[in-house]
Amino acid sequence: MTQRLVVIGNGMAGARTVEEILARNGDFTVTMFGDEPYGNYNRIMLSNLLAGVETEEGIFLNDLAWYSENGITLNAGVKVERIDAKNKTVHDSNGVVTPYDKLIIATGSYSWTPPMKNVHNPKRGYHQGVFAFRTLDDTRGMIRYARDHERAVVIGGGLLGLEAARGLQNHVSHVTLLHAMGHLMERQLDPKAGQMLQASVEGKLGIKVITNAMTTEILGKDRVTGVKLADGTVIECDVVVIAAGIRPNTEMAANSGLPVERGIVVDDQMRVEGQPDIYSVGECAQHRGSLYGLVAPLWDQAKVLADHITGTTDVAYTGSKLSTKLKVAGIDVASMGLIAPEHDTDEVVVYNEPKKGVYKQLIIRDDVLVGAVLVGDNSKAASLIQAFDRGTALPEERAGLIFDIGGPAGEVPPAEMADDAQVCNCNGVSKGAICGAVSAGCKTVSGVMDSTRAGKGCGTCKPLVQRIVEWANGGAAEEDPAASWYVPGVPMPKPELMAAIRKYELKSVSSVFDKLVPGGEHDAKSKMGLASLLKMMWADQYIDERDARFINDRVHGNIQKDGTFSVVPQMKGGVTTPAELKRIAEVAEKYNVPMVKLTGGQRIDLLGVPKEQLPAMWADLDMPSGYAYAKSFRTVKTCVGSDFCRFGVGDSTALGIAIEERYQGLEGPGKMKLAVTGCPRNCAEAYVKDLGVVAIDGGKWEIYVGGAAGAHIRKGDLLVTVDSAEEVIKLTGRFLQYYRENANWLERTYAFVPRIGIDRIREIVIDDADGIASRLDAAVDEAVQSYKDPWKERAEPATPGQFRTSLPLTVLPQVPVRA
Amino acid sequence: MNTLSLTNLGPVTDIPLGEGRTYAVDGDMIAVFRLRNGSLRAVSAVCPHKGGPLADGQIDNSIVVCPLHLFAWDLATGCSQSGQAPISVYPVREDDGQILLGE
Repeated sequence: MTQRLVVIGNGMAGARTVEEILARNGDFTVTMFGDEPYGNYNRIMLSNLLAGVETEEGIFLNDLAWYSENGITLNAGVKVERIDAKNKTVHDSNGVVTPYDKLIIATGSYSWTPPMKNVHNPKRGYHQGVFAFRTLDDTRGMIRYARDHERAVVIGGGLLGLEAARGLQNHVSHVTLLHAMGHLMERQLDPKAGQMLQASVEGKLGIKVITNAMTTEILGKDRVTGVKLADGTVIECDVVVIAAGIRPNTEMAANSGLPVERGIVVDDQMRVEGQPDIYSVGECAQHRGSLYGLVAPLWDQAKVLADHITGTTDVAYTGSKLSTKLKVAGIDVASMGLIAPEHDTDEVVVYNEPKKGVYKQLIIRDDVLVGAVLVGDNSKAASLIQAFDRGTALPEERAGLIFDIGGPAGEVPPAEMADDAQVCNCNGVSKGAICGAVSAGCKTVSGVMDSTRAGKGCGTCKPLVQRIVEWANGGAAEEDPAASWYVPGVPMPKPELMAAIRKYELKSVSSVFDKLVPGGEHDAKSKMGLASLLKMMWADQYIDERDARFINDRVHGNIQKDGTFSVVPQMKGGVTTPAELKRIAEVAEKYNVPMVKLTGGQRIDLLGVPKEQLPAMWADLDMPSGYAYAKSFRTVKTCVGSDFCRFGVGDSTALGIAIEERYQGLEGPGKMKLAVTGCPRNCAEAYVKDLGVVAIDGGKWEIYVGGAAGAHIRKGDLLVTVDSAEEVIKLTGRFLQYYRENANWLERTYAFVPRIGIDRIREIVIDDADGIASRLDAAVDEAVQSYKDPWKERAEPATPGQFRTSLPLTVLPQVPVRA
Repeated sequence: MNTLSLTNLGPVTDIPLGEGRTYAVDGDMIAVFRLRNGSLRAVSAVCPHKGGPLADGQIDNSIVVCPLHLFAWDLATGCSQSGQAPISVYPVREDDGQILLGE
């Protein structure tokens, strides 16, 4: 049944929450109240409006048309005076009573005015010439007044004060910034960084800064003529802008009997404590003791609230780690976490180059980044924020965290790259092409990747593509809601998607689209990821729709550049027999296979086979599929181990074969390439595999995970050392199952393992800290049991024309045939 | 739309739901797709980028993605969604369980 949703507050939080609810097809009639007589606008952009680099239209997020298009009743310029929670109504300043079924309070903050003599005029509010800096009306008034005056004082040396000072320079010739604390931005920056920023603001921008400046009085009878500080100093001026901080708007909520401490107290579903039908979100909400005044946490809160209110269970907001990366008055500043060490053992890494205005400080605890401050150079901010958010272990070489030391060419800042510099080396996409896509209207990273194919090859250039898109966008790429989705066509991250699939028992790809995509739109680019996920979740109950498979998985071979396919017979552990070799040779000869190639995974690749010949070849070979094509368990590479090698300490060949026999064909979010090597000399390259096993002396085996030697190079992390081959086999399955369940689509283990952290993986997979080990074992066992050799499909095709050629008649680029 | 004389390509059940198959017509190769919503689409079988076999690509109810380099085309208009040349589109319909290509 349609419920009545009332939203008090039409700012960024309130409107964003409504957008999120609409995106989830929430069944509500929505009524919104806003103090300001407008649609909703991006408050952060007021600085740009003041600075004259943005127009008023440019800062609106949703204009009035959006409200009517979405059937939302907007009461703009109407203040809600009280909430009657008992009768579920809100009472507004026009005396109108509006009933609700669900209520969201998003009243945000107001600009705080420190106690000063003469700041208010009893008749007019602020004294003439004094402005707060919070709303569009504030900003308009300020611009209008400043135009005719010469000297401005800004009270408050935080981010907002700095932005105001910078913006006012556009309108007046002298700007003085007064800050009551010892250094600028003291909440985000340590004293050194604050001083560095001050030097830049004064030297580069010509704004005068006075710290430890407590303003006690506004001077002037009819209008402002100056301000007086606690030490008696008088600064003459004719405009005063107060940007001393914000305080949550909670008065109305408190007067209505709702629990208010510093903010309105909410739980993890953003529900007001003790109120089943009232929610609060944004700057006015107090969650787990914290208030948030940045946009990113607000977006997270809006999502959780929207999920919860539209019926998704198990969603919780657990707080946000705060990080900011911005240009403060034209100077790069980034800050995250701690600004000073807290423990004796905290490691502090500082780099300071005052002449250039560059300062960098890292605070590291137990190899994890817990705080960072950057001034004057944000080139490493993105990677630091990532390390801070994820809590991943930092590399030993700390200097690399703050400098590019002999790094790849990709670390050049986008601004310094030539237009024709090639960014994506797989698809040959230049910086210019990426910028072109951005200026043509593609503002998100994934949108640019789709339209240019940049980053769609091996993926190593993705971070650079992101930086260029951000740069071309003038600072930040537009937030891409799809970035967290498991596949592009279903608007859910993996855990939520899996929960919904289980809840509705969706066992086929088309049923997922029909049930979970608003409008039921199918999406070709999502099919393969969903097929893999469903197969993993349902094993033999999965309803296999062939069109959901990529061509490789439909015909069980890898498609080549000329449209032909390859045949790779299974050769467990790289071991074969003369009889098998003979058979492979005979088949290769009989079908005129243009190329016979030994692969990196120790298998024999028969390349250039027309699709229609596949079934006959498989029949003649009569060997199982070697899995050289799918997002699945591929091969286990081995060395000769103890049988023949003088140094081998473990029978790597036997163990490799046993692992391959057990886990052959297992689907995953990415390829899984394994190896077992018989001694630490590592002839089978086990240290750089998704899972690598190394025999060490004393009958023990080491298991490494998360290694790679492809587009990325990474030595795997040691997961555990065990005493028997049986334990290796069991833990291999458990790790692979954990990876299958938790990795993002196409996320290889080299990204997955560092993302989760090896310690955490060890806790789960080895120590069973979460109590899920036996469930993982059972799940992988079920998947193993449902294995069928796909090449058996040769006798009876699964679909009509499964092996019919799709090759065009035109002459194609032929794969060269080598003698 | 390109002009072709009306040709019966055989039963629609020759094409699995959600997939495509290639047909040789008048010396041309044409990929016919049977969308999951039941309707048919016919386009040139050759990807204009590097000659990929479009009938081996994945589709939804509006686009086909070439299996070689994952460029995408709109099945109804032939327009590329990824900056490539357009592909030809042919009239196709189902009549009494048969695929009828052309006008």
